[in-house]
Amino acid sequence: MPGKLKVKIVAGRHLPVMDRASDLTDAFVEVKFGNTTFKTDVYPKSLNPQWNSEWFKFEVDDEELQDEPLQITVLDHDTYSANDAIGKVYIDIDPLLYSEAATVISGWFPIYDTIHGIRGEINVVVKVDLFNDLNRFRQSSCGVKFFCTTSIPKCYRAVVIHGFVEELVVNEDPEYQWIDRIRTPRASNEARQRLISLMSGELQRKIGLKVLEMRGNAVVGYLQCFDLEGESGLVVRAIGTACTLDKLSNTSAFLPACNSPSKEMKEIPFNEDPNPNTYSSGPSTPLKNQTYSFSPSKSYSRQSSSSDTDLSLTPKTGMGSGSAGKEGGPFKTLLRQQTQSALEQREFPFFTLTTFPPGFLVHVGGVVSARSVKLLDRIHNPAFVGIMGNTRSYKLLDWNSFNSDEPETRDAWWAEIRQEIKSHAKALGCHAVVGYSESTSICEEVCILSASGTAAVLNPRFLQDGTMEGCLEQRLSWQPGFFSIGSEKGEVDFFPQSQDSSSLLGIEEASPPGCGFCHIPYDELNMPFPAHLTYCYNCRKQKVPDVLFTTIDLPVEAIVVGKGCLIQARLCRLKKKAQAEANATSISNLLPFMEYEVHTQLMNKLKLRGMNALFGLRIQITVGENMLMGLASATGVYLAALPTPGGIQIAGKTPNDGTYEQHISHMQKKINDTIAKNKELYEINPPELPEEIIGSPIPEPRQRSRLLRSQSESSDEVTELDLSHGKKDAFVLEIDDTDAMEDVHSLLTDVPPPSGFYSCNTEIMPGINNWTPEIQMFTAVRVSRLSNINPTNQTLNKNFNDLCENLLKSLYFKLRSMVPCCLCHVNFTVALPEDELVQIAVTAVAITYDKNQALQANKAPTEKSQQRASTDNEEQLQFPLELCSDPLSSQPFSPAKEVLEGASSHTGIPAAQRATSVDYSSFADRCNSWIELIKLKAQTIRRGSIKTTTSLEKASPLAEGYLRHRSVPSGTNSTVSVVKMTPLSFLPGAKITKYLGIINMFFIRETTSLREEGGVSGFLHAFIAEVFAMVRAHVAALGGNAVVSYIMKQCVFMENPNKNQAQCLINVSGDAVVFVRESELEVLPPQPAAAAQPTGAAGDVTT
Amino acid sequence: MSSDLDVFVGNTTLIDEEVYRLWLDGHSVAEAVARRLRGGLLEREATSVAVLQSDTRDHYRTFQMLERLLHAPPRLLQQLLFQIPPERQALLVQRYYAFDEALARELLGKKLSKGTKKELDEVSARTGVGIRSCRRQFDNFKRVFKAVEELRGPLAENIQQLFLLPPSLARDYAAIVFFANSRFETGKRRLQFLSFGDFAACAQSMMAHWSQGALAPEAAEPDGDLPKSFLQDLKELKVLVTDKDLLDQHKSLVCSALRGKISVYNELEANFKALSRALVNVGGKLTHARDVRDFFVDLVEKVIEPCRSDKWSPGDLRLFLQHYTAAPRNLPGFRHQALWERYMAAISACLLRMFHD
Repeated sequence: MPGKLKVKIVAGRHLPVMDRASDLTDAFVEVKFGNTTFKTDVYPKSLNPQWNSEWFKFEVDDEELQDEPLQITVLDHDTYSANDAIGKVYIDIDPLLYSEAATVISGWFPIYDTIHGIRGEINVVVKVDLFNDLNRFRQSSCGVKFFCTTSIPKCYRAVVIHGFVEELVVNEDPEYQWIDRIRTPRASNEARQRLISLMSGELQRKIGLKVLEMRGNAVVGYLQCFDLEGESGLVVRAIGTACTLDKLSNTSAFLPACNSPSKEMKEIPFNEDPNPNTYSSGPSTPLKNQTYSFSPSKSYSRQSSSSDTDLSLTPKTGMGSGSAGKEGGPFKTLLRQQTQSALEQREFPFFTLTTFPPGFLVHVGGVVSARSVKLLDRIHNPAFVGIMGNTRSYKLLDWNSFNSDEPETRDAWWAEIRQEIKSHAKALGCHAVVGYSESTSICEEVCILSASGTAAVLNPRFLQDGTMEGCLEQRLSWQPGFFSIGSEKGEVDFFPQSQDSSSLLGIEEASPPGCGFCHIPYDELNMPFPAHLTYCYNCRKQKVPDVLFTTIDLPVEAIVVGKGCLIQARLCRLKKKAQAEANATSISNLLPFMEYEVHTQLMNKLKLRGMNALFGLRIQITVGENMLMGLASATGVYLAALPTPGGIQIAGKTPNDGTYEQHISHMQKKINDTIAKNKELYEINPPELPEEIIGSPIPEPRQRSRLLRSQSESSDEVTELDLSHGKKDAFVLEIDDTDAMEDVHSLLTDVPPPSGFYSCNTEIMPGINNWTPEIQMFTAVRVSRLSNINPTNQTLNKNFNDLCENLLKSLYFKLRSMVPCCLCHVNFTVALPEDELVQIAVTAVAITYDKNQALQANKAPTEKSQQRASTDNEEQLQFPLELCSDPLSSQPFSPAKEVLEGASSHTGIPAAQRATSVDYSSFADRCNSWIELIKLKAQTIRRGSIKTTTSLEKASPLAEGYLRHRSVPSGTNSTVSVVKMTPLSFLPGAKITKYLGIINMFFIRETTSLREEGGVSGFLHAFIAEVFAMVRAHVAALGGNAVVSYIMKQCVFMENPNKNQAQCLINVSGDAVVFVRESELEVLPPQPAAAAQPTGAAGDVTT
Repeated sequence: MSSDLDVFVGNTTLIDEEVYRLWLDGHSVAEAVARRLRGGLLEREATSVAVLQSDTRDHYRTFQMLERLLHAPPRLLQQLLFQIPPERQALLVQRYYAFDEALARELLGKKLSKGTKKELDEVSARTGVGIRSCRRQFDNFKRVFKAVEELRGPLAENIQQLFLLPPSLARDYAAIVFFANSRFETGKRRLQFLSFGDFAACAQSMMAHWSQGALAPEAAEPDGDLPKSFLQDLKELKVLVTDKDLLDQHKSLVCSALRGKISVYNELEANFKALSRALVNVGGKLTHARDVRDFFVDLVEKVIEPCRSDKWSPGDLRLFLQHYTAAPRNLPGFRHQALWERYMAAISACLLRMFHD
């Protein structure tokens, strides 16, 4: 009996009226965990019941603790008929199972009903007593921490990064069970919510076990997804990166966490190539390797790889791993060997992380992706149905015992794809894949499985197993700046080390870390695809490709020029309606063309912005009844290490036609203007390098680069910035038919964001590092009807493009009050719920930044025309603070010091204050004192404002009397605590002091009175608001004040307007954290976490 | 391509003040979009009409969902559905309960019933306030009235407590409740020159000086009702006009005090008895509900109009009331000085406020 769960039901408020006669409710509560249920007394005739129950105690084993959610049901007692359910609260008690996270869950939770939405709130206190030492449990995995964040969490240090963990669990979807025909929609929804909650719990526990086996203690970059396969069932799958994390014991201000600026975090031996001349490498354009496989049945799988155009461009010579290190220097060989041995034991050397400790990432090869089309084929097992219909409601079945095929099939599907990814990475001379993610798109019985990542060469030191730990520690002690400064190191140690590293930054530095990752990992003679290599524009020692595509975030140490921007490629392809295998075949045939198109679009748009690298690339292919949609989002940047991109040149097909010629030249002018404008907009002014430094052009086997419709050529003359015609460095677009014309037109339709706005889909906006604390996370959903009678690919493309552009435009308009600001982590999700319907959901966060400071910050570095990106200005700023106090090291950091001074002078004015003063001034004089009143909500009534004879002593007993005749909401003195939400892993201007656990919630909402609830928009608007509210309430109850790495993984919306019905499923996740404002940190450094903790049982956090 | 569904939900609820005002004024989405267009938003933000429509619809939906909570502002503070910074919550409440004085003036003293609500069409036409806005404001009055009508203690503070209104707005609502409760007649032609502000000030003085709470906080009666015992006692003051000696002495005391200090001395001397009778009798009649209604009519007809026709200045009136109130202290045999001063404090305040063109 390893655990005791204790639950106390305190009170309810704002309950709905359940008894029309009295306008009141006789509420009681059922508390259920596993198979045990407790009930509170009925609190009669009140909408604000005070149950103040005893502690309900559940004695359970820890496996159950991990799997089961605590289920609280609020009911209305009815003497004569069945009790009516008011609503439910599911509480995931997982955060209480690790020692460092939350110790108590206490607060007001919205009472949620799948038909009526939120109906009042309930105050609950939950505690867990674990009897044994956590580490002794093996059947459960209590104590393994989960993080959605795709970087090493801020207050931790990575001791070892073990690698990929994955698991999937399958069950029948309750919505499709026979029993669903006879039960109410509410019962069906609740069964589904509960089942998914159970499955997530089980999945998490199983992953936890794998982590323990690997001797890790945490999963970072945990991504859990649902595949609603309809008739064939429900799959819950998760991937993550197992790590051994150490909590940094001291989180106070002077310690920079994992993401300190690169200069201090210099990685020494591997970036300094001792023998640069012998080190030859190969080129890289953004790489995409895909294979399309389609298996008509589970047993039979036909590989139809290399059917796609990209691959046909790709000479397969480099596929063997033996070529690696052939030409490389001895050091490189050593590195390879080390890393390979470290990764060898692993089936899949994948990492779901997108941001890494400095030095972890040695080289980046390019994007690798694989897709596969599968037919969902449910094996109908009568035994299964019989058991599911049994009394024990959806307790998870171990599917293996019933149907040995099922999970194997899904597992096998994914294993196949992962294998492919692995081999693609190998072809790029890389032994690992970072920024790895998986996704599916399902339509009827066809499913597209996709996986993508970035092939990379990693530093093996992070990958050692436990045996190597001692060695690692040792290295740490003499190479302190290298990765996450250990907590054991005090200020004193830290100081001279940073001086060391600063001296390493000297001008004669051979290979600055800002470009190391750009250097090609593959072998120049065995290039996996044609690309143009030049010597790195930063160190001029090693070779770099002309363009780099990746799925990861921009590494902190990367040197970028100007700012980044969101780049999207959008594409529609019509498809014939077909059944089963024919359908799957036609989809597989279309996929390569779509990939190619998307890739071309991305490349064109990147060139159009004068940039040369993409980060955070995410390509979604969505399958619908009669079309396929592709949406790729990425953040374009100009990497200083890569060559300046050439322009785009249009080549007409019929040069003799005069008007045509004119048209072409007109287009060309427009394109050139756009490029020039974009360069100005994104402040891309690369340094002008004297030609001799660049060195002789690399003898390039140019004949290999056959021109297809588009082809990039690298520029040899870097100084050449004008975009005149006929230059060979230009990117040629041949207009050979109307399609191509359309494409060119569509290139130019992308409107840049209005001034004051920037957008990106990565964690940070390259080129902006002076965030102010104001953030606004939002979700926008649009469903549009493509109302063409005879749709063509072109019109569909245009419609889809307009839809996305308009959506972005509307976001800019909505958030105009936050200018200057940046939309970060813009995440588009496309779904095709029905014929002709396109659903786009966007989640992003708008962060304000200080414009004045930006200018100041820009000035200093632009003298060198280089800028460093930084995740966290806080960390960057703290660091120079330490350095500047030392006279010796202050010199090289003078620009940084300026930034710092600018920061300190500006951070004093919170953005919120500025904003409110503007719009509030109109009547501020009238009610400023009254705001205070609302804030404090003082209960004591001040008397005698008119007649002064009243004494204060008399006032207090009266205060109770005033309101006696009316039922006034109880606990009016509690203010709702503010919970911030962000898809990013950090909060600007704040320090995360504690991770409280993962938030992973799944909700269903259904209505049978769609019109009455304001139509589809009203329905979904309310539902999304409710989901936010429930997430915030859970975080607040854990004692947190923010959710980071928030993501809406699924938003499935279905409507039936004729029946006045709609249903929506939303799945969200994130990490609950406690943060402290930087400014507060200075005031109370000793125990910052305590400040944000709820004080009383009622969970009244005042922030 | 039409958008069937289009929503934007922020973790912090976005409130656009301009759209909120348009919504409060009762404009439909289409009207609101048209007005925003006229405001030049399109040019300023370089956006499209479609974006503006979508934005307006989003805000309207938010406001519709918020409206339920605005009916009980403390719930707005406690609710978890919308995360709104306190100053924004304050703004929402304040704007929601703000009212057009022209409308409030029309409704002062009327019963806040369904019947009155049906007449709002006419009121809307007269005041130029949109009918939907009229209905919302009327419902606000009624809601506040219902919430506080049985509560003890100072009206304004109860309202402030229950509706989280700024003090000045709470006082205005207290006046509306007070008038609705006592049903004072305010619609007569000769009262038309009085604004809502005048009546509100009068109501505040009356509550401040006359209500039960003003003297004894433990009082059992709500502030909105004038205390019965007090009104009953006012009858005792009639002695000032019924007793010939007292009336004469009162007059001579006042006249001797004002001689040379007041420009309308002669008129005062001539009219003193009539004025005094009017002032005292207004109070004496307050016990009967029917007479209560005529309170302001009487004051205007019997005090303000005669004074105005005699060309009194406000300063004259102030001096007169001051001495008129103080004089009975020196009257032998008058035992109700405290009651008298309490009565006259409110009457004086009302008269001084009402004495304008």
